[in-house]
Amino acid sequence: MATYSSNEFRSGLKVMFENAPCAIIDIDFVKPGKGQAFNRVKLRNLLTGRVVERTLKAHETLEGADVVDTDMQYLYSDGEFWYFMHPDTFEQLAADASSVGDTNKWLKEQDMCIMTLWNGRPIAVMPPNFVELRITETDPGVRGDTASGGGKPATLETGAVVRVPLFVETGEIIKIDTRNGEYVGRVKE
Amino acid sequence: MSHADLWRPTTSRAALELRAESLARIRGFFTARGVLEVDTPLLSAAATTDPQLESFQTRLVGPGVPEGRALYLNTSPEFAMKRLLAAGSGPIYQVCKAFRQGEIGRLHNPEFTLLEWYRPGFDHFRLMDEVAELVTTLAQGRLPLDTPERLDYGQLFRDCLGIDPHTATVMELRDCAVRRISIDAAMDLDRDGWLDLLMSHCVQPQLGKGRLSFVYHYPASQAALARVRPGEPALAERFEAFLNGVELANGFHELADSCLQRARFEADLECRRLRGLEQVPFDECLLAALAQGLPDCAGVALGLDRLLLALGDGKNLAEVLSFPIERA
Repeated sequence: MATYSSNEFRSGLKVMFENAPCAIIDIDFVKPGKGQAFNRVKLRNLLTGRVVERTLKAHETLEGADVVDTDMQYLYSDGEFWYFMHPDTFEQLAADASSVGDTNKWLKEQDMCIMTLWNGRPIAVMPPNFVELRITETDPGVRGDTASGGGKPATLETGAVVRVPLFVETGEIIKIDTRNGEYVGRVKE
Repeated sequence: MSHADLWRPTTSRAALELRAESLARIRGFFTARGVLEVDTPLLSAAATTDPQLESFQTRLVGPGVPEGRALYLNTSPEFAMKRLLAAGSGPIYQVCKAFRQGEIGRLHNPEFTLLEWYRPGFDHFRLMDEVAELVTTLAQGRLPLDTPERLDYGQLFRDCLGIDPHTATVMELRDCAVRRISIDAAMDLDRDGWLDLLMSHCVQPQLGKGRLSFVYHYPASQAALARVRPGEPALAERFEAFLNGVELANGFHELADSCLQRARFEADLECRRLRGLEQVPFDECLLAALAQGLPDCAGVALGLDRLLLALGDGKNLAEVLSFPIERA
C-alpha cells in the first residue's frame, strides 16, 4: 500500500495507524515562528469507531490503508452474518455483527448500502440515508388527531423502535432518516 | 471546488473593515511616537538560513542579468530594515507581506502580513511594553483585554510541566513529552525540538487567556538573531507574545555583532547540510551593515493577520485573509 507524505494528508484519507485502518478527520499544522513544525492528526479508527489524536513530525509519513467504500445490496441474515451482493459482479460478502453494528436495525432485504472493505473484508456497513419500513406494532392513534405533539413508539419490521406521530397506524409504511433515527413521513403504497 | 466557488473571498466585509481601521490605528500609533514608516523590498538575493524556514525562490531575468539570477522572497523584512538602521534611519516600522514555504494551516498562510518595528535605545523589556500598548490600542472597542502578564520561560516550564527546560536532559524532556502528548515513543527530536513540542502542545494553550502573555528568557539555543545574556544558564534576549493560546509576536534585543551573526549563519548552513536541506546564500549586505554599526536596538515582528483574527474572535486565518493560498 502507498505511503503518504504529510503534504498529502487530508480529511478522509485512509491510513494505517497502530495496526488499524483509520480515516484522517483533521490535520492541524503546528509551528512556532522560529521552531520545529508538527502535524496534529485526528484519526477515526475504522474498526472501533474511536477518535484518536497523534502528533507527527512535519515530514513524517503514514502508511496508506486499503480501505474502499462500495455499494452493496443487502440480501438476508442468518443471525450470525449479514449477506450482501455486489450489484454488478454478483459477488457475495458476509459481514459479521460488529461490522454491521447498529445498521442492522434499518436493513430491509434488497436495500442498497455502503459497505466499507479493508483488504477486501467488510468492516462497516452504512444504510441508505432514508429507508422505508413497515410498522409492525404501535398503539392505535386517535382518529383525526393530527395536531397533538409528543408521539408514540412504533416497532418496525426490522425490530427497530422509533417515535412516530399519533395518527400513524400499524401496517403503514413510513420513511425514516437513518442518520438520526427520526420519522420523516408516511409512504403511499 | 470549482472556480465558480473559488473566486470568492473567504473574509467578510466586517473583517475587511477591521483590517483597514487597524492599519489606520497602527499609523496613528507610530506617528505619535515618532517612528517612521518604511518600505523595503520583498525580493532579495539572500535567503533565510534558519533550518526551520524555507524561502520561496524566484528568478530574475533582464537587462544586466544575462545569466538570470535566483532571488528569494523575504520570510521577514528584518535584514533590509537592519540595513536602514545601520544607515541611520532611527526608529522605523513596516507593515508588509512575508512568505514562508510550506506553512499552511488553520493559523498559517504561506503569504502573510507582518508588522515589524525597531527601536534604537530600547531593550526587549521596554519593547514588550510598547507591544502591549499597540495591542491595547488596536483592541480598543473590539476585544476586552486584562492587563498583560510577563512569564519567565524556565518558570513556565517548571509550573506547567514540573521540568526545568534549561537543565533537563534530552531524555528527561522526551519522557515528559511522551507522558503528556500522544506521540510515537520512538519519536526522535533534538533538544530544541522537544522544547518546541512541549511549548506548543502543553504550555502555549494556557497562555494569553483574555490578555497578552509575554514569555521571556528563552534558552540561548533558541536565540535566533537575539543577543545572548551572559550568565548561567545562557538565556536569549528574546520574548514572544501570546493571545488566546496563539503566538502573535517575536521580539529581540538585536544582535549587532557582525562576526557573531556570520557565525550563526554558518551554523545554520551546517545544520541544513546535516539535515539534507538546501544550502542557501546568506545576506552579506546585512553582515556589511552590521560591520558598519547597528545601533543598540530591540525589534519585534507581529503577525498582523493573527492579531486581527483574535480581535474578530475568529478561529481560522482564512476569516481575515481576502484569499488564502488555495484561492490565490
